[in-house]
Order: sequence, then structure tokens, then C-alpha cells
Amino acid sequence: MNKKIELDAIQKRLLIEVAELHSIPEGAFNIRANGASAARSSTANIEIIPKPEGNGIDIHIAPNTKNESVHIPVVLTQTGLKEVVYNDFYVGENADVTIVAGCGIDNCGPQDSQHDGIHRFYVGKNASVRYVEKHYGSGDGSGKRILNPGTEVYMEAGSAMEMEMVQIKGVDDTDRSTIAELDAGAKLVVRERLMTHGEQNAISKYTVNLNGEGSSADIVSRSVARDSSFQKFDAKIIGNAPCSGHTECDSIIMDAGRILAVPGLEANNVDAALVHEAAIGKIAGDQLTKLMTLGLTELEAEEQIINGFLA
Amino acid sequence: MLELKKICFRAEDEGVEKTILDDISFTIPNGKLVAITGPNGGGKSTTARIIAGIEKPSSGQVLLDGVDITGLSITERAQAGIGYAFQHPVRFKGIKVRDLITLAAGKEIGHSDACEYLSAVGLCARDYVTREVNSSLSGGELKRIEIATVLAKASKLSLFDEPEAGIDLWSFQNLIEVFQRMRDNIEDSSIIIISHQERILNIADEIIVMANGKLQRMGSKEEILPSLLAEDAVRTTCRGIA
Ligand SMILES: Nc1ncnc2c1ncn2[C@@H]1O[C@H](COP(=O)(O)OP(=O)(O)OP(=O)(O)O)[C@@H](O)[C@H]1O
Ligand SMILES: [Mg+2]
Repeated sequence: MNKKIELDAIQKRLLIEVAELHSIPEGAFNIRANGASAARSSTANIEIIPKPEGNGIDIHIAPNTKNESVHIPVVLTQTGLKEVVYNDFYVGENADVTIVAGCGIDNCGPQDSQHDGIHRFYVGKNASVRYVEKHYGSGDGSGKRILNPGTEVYMEAGSAMEMEMVQIKGVDDTDRSTIAELDAGAKLVVRERLMTHGEQNAISKYTVNLNGEGSSADIVSRSVARDSSFQKFDAKIIGNAPCSGHTECDSIIMDAGRILAVPGLEANNVDAALVHEAAIGKIAGDQLTKLMTLGLTELEAEEQIINGFLA
Repeated sequence: MLELKKICFRAEDEGVEKTILDDISFTIPNGKLVAITGPNGGGKSTTARIIAGIEKPSSGQVLLDGVDITGLSITERAQAGIGYAFQHPVRFKGIKVRDLITLAAGKEIGHSDACEYLSAVGLCARDYVTREVNSSLSGGELKRIEIATVLAKASKLSLFDEPEAGIDLWSFQNLIEVFQRMRDNIEDSSIIIISHQERILNIADEIIVMANGKLQRMGSKEEILPSLLAEDAVRTTCRGIA
């Protein structure tokens, strides 16, 4: 089952931004463009099944699948299009896979374009998942580019999930919610990179339940708020068993940018070790000075520091 | 050639105005390696910061090759040819050693060139070139990377503020050789090394002694070093002894 819709130049550019896809990827994939599937392919171990309602896909990854990847990028170029898409991932025991999601919106029109991707992951025993999600917006229309990702992660004993979530440019409004439930020995690592500018608003909320003995979560957000943008980082870890949890919000504010970090730790077991760190501030003066002594202007120095910080 | 003319620097310290540099004048001719030494708090780093443009003098002038650069910004001075290795190097999250060396060189440099600068300061390039210049580096490693960036910058005046601090005994000789090699190839540029170490003072052409914000003495190594050693002023931490 392999159907094809031709993608236009803008859609192709968005695919490069969000999934580094220059051509049709290897392995299983589903490319969604303007509310419909443009191309889809399953493999022997990874089956992608569209939901009957047309509002998403189920991805079944067979147990013991090793070193395979799934790409499920979404591109939107039609102004005014609003969609809610449900993608459910069933990752079999002992599988070891990379999942590349991501959404690019190009809005040249007057109406808001919005994609709300709800991703649910059922990660089987001892399975290991690397998940990469990039968000990108472009186009000079007055309509907003809105992305509200909802992520749910259910991790069975001994499983591992590493999530890398990046949103650097062009998305006007984001309300991200991530919840996770971890069984014994499960390990969740989240790396979030966020930059907002102009009048943008970004909210990122985590609720992580460490339910099993030896489970662990490490959530690190690095962000930059420029111009008069606003960010809220709200990370809550609940330790219900002997476990370890760490959240970190490391942010740079510039111009009239604002950031609100809301730490939340709840320990319901005497052997739950939970740590939260948060640091918000402008770029350190001595960093600017150092780069200026190498011949960079203040603006160039700023840019290098931020690029590095968000790399 | 670098000239300082009657540099004074005053700063507020808890509401009290304090003279930190008092009428400092000296000339660093081209082709020379000059060491600045003297007790802690004597004003050496402040002098360096004024040369690099990080602090503005309250009065006096800084000239590079006869051109008054007192009014130039840090960036303009760097572009005019001043390089400065900080006493306390700065850490950056996410910026890699290679990025920093490339920025210092001011152009894209090959992997092997970047490695050469690192090897010159005794770091195994392969292990460091892709490391981040962040808090995971040890003090000594950071210090060497700082020196490597100034080597890569190739300046008319290269200024090293206590380059030996935190460098282990085994690498010290290596560091001395780096400066000697630099010294042998400077031609129309010059080097200032701020140091408390006899072995570094020993490779200098000239030595400047600063204490209490004043230039105490300046002269050839042969002239200054023996008397310094006699006084044992080089390592003293007590103000006003030198
Ligand atoms: N901006 C400032 N405001 C107040 N005091 C200052 C300022 N800058 C320097 N000082 C003081 O001036 C004195 C000289 O400092 P400087 O760092 O130049 O000394 P130094 O000779 O480099 O010492 P060291 O050998 O310890 O590195 C010190 O007492 C320092 O506290
Ligand atoms: Mg000093």
C-alpha cells in the first residue's frame, strides 16, 4: 500500500526543516500534507495503519525490531486549516527504534493555521525509543501558526525513551502537554529546545509519574525568549516508588521577553530522590566580552552564544 | 608596538572612590616579549582589561602602532590586533572548542589547524576539539583552551593573563616552549605575559613590576629579575612589599 501525492516546493522545504528529509525516507513513513496522507509505507516490522476516521494513524512496531526508523512528518501550507490528529505508537518488547515526527506550517494567509498532534506511546518491556520532534513555522501571512502537541508516554518495565523536542522558529502559539507513566526500571530522558520571538507564546507542561521501583526521569529544557515573547515551563515529577527524577529549566531572556518556570516535585515514597533546577537570566556579560575580544560585534556574539545554547 | 600614556583608573568600591591604576606609562616595542609581575591586587589584570578595552581608563591613552585606540570598543580593538587570554576564562554552554578556535581565527579553519592549536597547548586534540567549553572542563583544560584561542587569533599584541595558573608541572615546560616559539616568530608584533612564575619571567625580554596600582620598575630581564628574586617579591601576597 503505497500511494503518492506530489508535494510542492514549500512543502518540500518544510519537510527538510522538520525532518531533514531531502527525499523519501528509508524505513516506515507517513507524510501528512494539508490534512491528508501524501505518502505512506510500512515495512516487515513496522506497520502503519490509518485510523478509519482519517484523523491519524496507528503505528505497530513488532517486538525485537532493531535499528529501524519511522518518519511521520506533517506539513501545512493551506491557510485556515485546523486539524487534530491522533497517532498511536505500539512499540513491541525489546524493540529499538527511532521515531522522527515534526510539523512545519507555512501560513501566507489571513487565517490561523493549526495542527494539534496527539501522540500516544505504548512502550513495551525493555524496548528503547528515540523520538525526535521538530516544529517550524514560516510564511508572512497575518494568520497565526499554532501547534498544540499532546504527548502521552506509557512505559513498561525496563523500557527507555529519549525525546528531543525542538521549536526554534516561526510558531506563534504553542501549548504543549506531555504526560508519562513509568513502570519499574523505565527511563525517560527529555531534551527540549525552545526559542520564541516577536509576540509568541509557548507553554510546556510535563506531568511525569514514576510508579515503578528504579524508574527515572530527566527533563531538561533550554530556552530563549526574545522580543516580547512569553514562555511558561511547568514540569512536575511525582515519585511514587524508589526512583530518581530531575527537571531543569535553563533559560536566557532578552529584550522584553518573559519566562515563568514552575517547578513541581511530589515525593510519595521515602526513597524517591527528586531534584529541580531553574536558572533564568540574560546572557552573561563576560561571555559577550570574551567573544568581543575575539573580534565579534556584540550582536554577533549574542547570536553565537544563543546558537550554542540551543544546539 | 603598544604604548600606555599616563593611564589612571579609578573605581567606586562600596561608595568610596579608589585609585586602582595610578599614572601607568610604558611601551611594548615590536618583537619583544614583556612580562608584567607584582603582588596580587597590584593592578596587572586591570591594566590588561584597559588594553583590551574592557575597562575605560579615567584618563590617559592607549596607542597601538602609534594610533590612539583609547576610544575604540572591545570589538574594534580586537579587529585592530589585540588578543587577550583572560586570567579567568569564560565557560559557554553549547559552544564547542572547535567553534571558539574558529571564531578566534576569524575564518573557517580546517580540522587539522584547530587540532594544531590544541596540541600546541598540550591537549590531545582528538579528545577536545568537539568538547563543549562548559563546566565539564577542568580549570587547567579551560586555561589551555583560552591560550589556544589567542594563538589562533594571531594578533599584533597578544596578552596572556597568568597563563600558567592551573597548568600542571608536567605541561609547564611545554607552555614555556609555546611562548618561546611565539617569541621567535613575532616580527612586527609583541607579547605581554602577566605572571608570577620565575620560569616565565626568565623568557621575557623585559619585565614590568607593578604594585599598589603603580608601575614600580621596568627594565631588561637581566636588570630586574635578580633583584626581584633577592626580594622574593614575585611570590609574596602581601601588598606593598615589591
Ligand atoms: N571595577 C573595580 N571596582 C573596584 N575595585 C576594583 C575594580 N577593578 C579592580 N579592582 C581592584 O583593583 C585592584 C587591582 O586588581 P587587579 O585584578 O588588576 O590585580 P592583579 O594585579 O591582576 O592581581 P592578581 O595577581 O591577584 O591577579 C584589586 O584590589 C581589585 O579588587
Ligand atoms: Mg590578575
